Amino acid sequence: MNVVAGKRGHNVSRAHLTDRAMFVRLETLRLARICGAGHYSSTFSAAELFAALYYAHLKLDPKDPAWPDRDRFVLSKGHAAIGLYPILADLGYYPPSELDNFTRLGSPFGDHPNMKNIPGIDFSSGSLGHGLSVAVGMALAARVQKRSFRVYCMLGDGELAEGQIWEAAMAASHYKLQGLVAIVDRNQLCIDGQTEAVMGVEPIHERFAAFGWDTQRIDGHDFDAILGALGKLAPAGTGRPQLIVADSIKGRGVKRMELSLQWHVANLAGEDYDDAAAEIRAGLQPRAASEIKNG
Amino acid sequence: MAKQRAKPRKPESNQGQDAIFRGTSGGDAKLKDEAFKDQRSVRGTPNAALPAFVLGEELADLADRDPRIVVLTADLANANRTNDFRARHPDRFFNLGIAEKNMMTIAAGMASCGMIAYAATFSSFCVILGAEQAKTDCAYPAMKVRLVGHHSGMSMGFYGTSHHALEDLAIARTIADMTVVYATDANHLRAILRASTDHPGAMYIRLGRGRDPQVYAEMPRDFRIGKAATLRKGRDLALIACGSMLRATLDAADLLSKQGIEARVIDMHTIKPLDAAAICKAARETAAIMTIEEHNITGGLGSAVMEVLVGEERLPFQRHGIPDEFVPVGPPAALYAHYKLDAAGIARKAKSFLAAAGRV
Repeated sequence: MNVVAGKRGHNVSRAHLTDRAMFVRLETLRLARICGAGHYSSTFSAAELFAALYYAHLKLDPKDPAWPDRDRFVLSKGHAAIGLYPILADLGYYPPSELDNFTRLGSPFGDHPNMKNIPGIDFSSGSLGHGLSVAVGMALAARVQKRSFRVYCMLGDGELAEGQIWEAAMAASHYKLQGLVAIVDRNQLCIDGQTEAVMGVEPIHERFAAFGWDTQRIDGHDFDAILGALGKLAPAGTGRPQLIVADSIKGRGVKRMELSLQWHVANLAGEDYDDAAAEIRAGLQPRAASEIKNG
Repeated sequence: MAKQRAKPRKPESNQGQDAIFRGTSGGDAKLKDEAFKDQRSVRGTPNAALPAFVLGEELADLADRDPRIVVLTADLANANRTNDFRARHPDRFFNLGIAEKNMMTIAAGMASCGMIAYAATFSSFCVILGAEQAKTDCAYPAMKVRLVGHHSGMSMGFYGTSHHALEDLAIARTIADMTVVYATDANHLRAILRASTDHPGAMYIRLGRGRDPQVYAEMPRDFRIGKAATLRKGRDLALIACGSMLRATLDAADLLSKQGIEARVIDMHTIKPLDAAAICKAARETAAIMTIEEHNITGGLGSAVMEVLVGEERLPFQRHGIPDEFVPVGPPAALYAHYKLDAAGIARKAKSFLAAAGRV
């Protein structure tokens, strides 16, 4: 682990972050094989975001998961927890061997995270549309308690169709929650197809801006862009909640999964597993828009 | 035009709003209504001569001593008197506007950071609208969120079905680890709120209109969540009631007493966890049991009691409440009379139940 406990922002090499994003993808393959099904592609789109947040940005202390002044992270798209669990193990919240029984009867680790069972999980999630409200509550608690922690909430793009997201977006600007950061993993797909075909969510940043948020829009697979955006958050005194739209590719890192509807929940078996693992180990390959098949 | 299914009775006198809403109490209501009629303002609810709506005041008292307490509402600070809390603790009061689900989840987020969050709105928009938030965000992670549903049952009268909550107890008590408590009057509510601060996990606290006829002359010192209170002794019949029905049930017991029937009256204020011991004791010591609730008889107090009794020796049992239907429009007093949920109606219902069971 490379986290400097107790402060926000760590000087970590790009090579290390790239390695940790690869680790997230490989562990996702391994854990999905244990339970026979996994949310591969929703996790792959967020792998760089997870790595940047947990290894280079968040103010945490893995030795004290309940530290009241820690930054909070709410994984509103709870189905990507399979990619977060290995990071928490890697940081020392629990032994990595705990994951060997992933989702088996009695395991603390389900497909969606349970804060009561898993150190480092700040809130249980799984029901889409709730996370931003949870984060608003945490940010309000910080204000009441006069603490300076920030609250980060990762949203899926599909869940922006949930009305409660916009109730929370309204409350966040009404209460001037500058310490609240929403990150939308804009991976383009929900279960039934392209978000814009199923239920259009764009223009995401303009919609949030109209709700009173400061917004940035970046490449969600580019560490320079991610760290740059995280570094620019919450300039003093704006009083506005912060949004980062991270444009990403659902399934990024395994070509057959990229922008494919077939891999939202799936199981890689036999040679397919080995092929996918080899592809991940080779690192992210540049993708032209024309290379990406849809559905 | 569709024909009304039921024809509500005409209210007994030309009431002002006060009498209309004070439907569950006995005969003294009319007298008191006359007494404060002159103090009414057409612009709002008077405070004089009405039992106090103590929610905000009591929470403010608790918050004086407990920095963990925060209060949320959804554009109903006046209706539920959380504005009394806001006046004393403005930094710990949050109005979320008309967004109840958001309010409930925000309360859970605050609770995850160590706050005890009281989130109050009409019962019809609390665990009915936000059932999933109550389950997933409050109960499942065992957050110290107290969902306060006020103006429950059909106490909103002619505002109609959208504003009635006759399903909330059933919904709340099927959520694992959710404690469900129903306040009987102002003093009782104070006791519940005091007990709630250190109670583990999430709670649903059901209130009537918040200015309910008095049952407890002072705050019950022996109040415990999960422990029913026996308010009247008797062995001919046990009347197990909750919340808004207690005053009328006690008055009904007095009417029955005049006819030689001594009814035990039990305040089953905690619907979950249910005081099974008190129910079994009543089953052993009394000749019959009737439950009374301002709730659909499917899934509420009566169903909960029945689930206990099914494991006991057989005895005559009846549920009394709202049948499985949407209630007609009418002032609350008329609706209580229509459904035999006023003192006279409960007494008649009990009498005919005992007669059918061969006990009188």
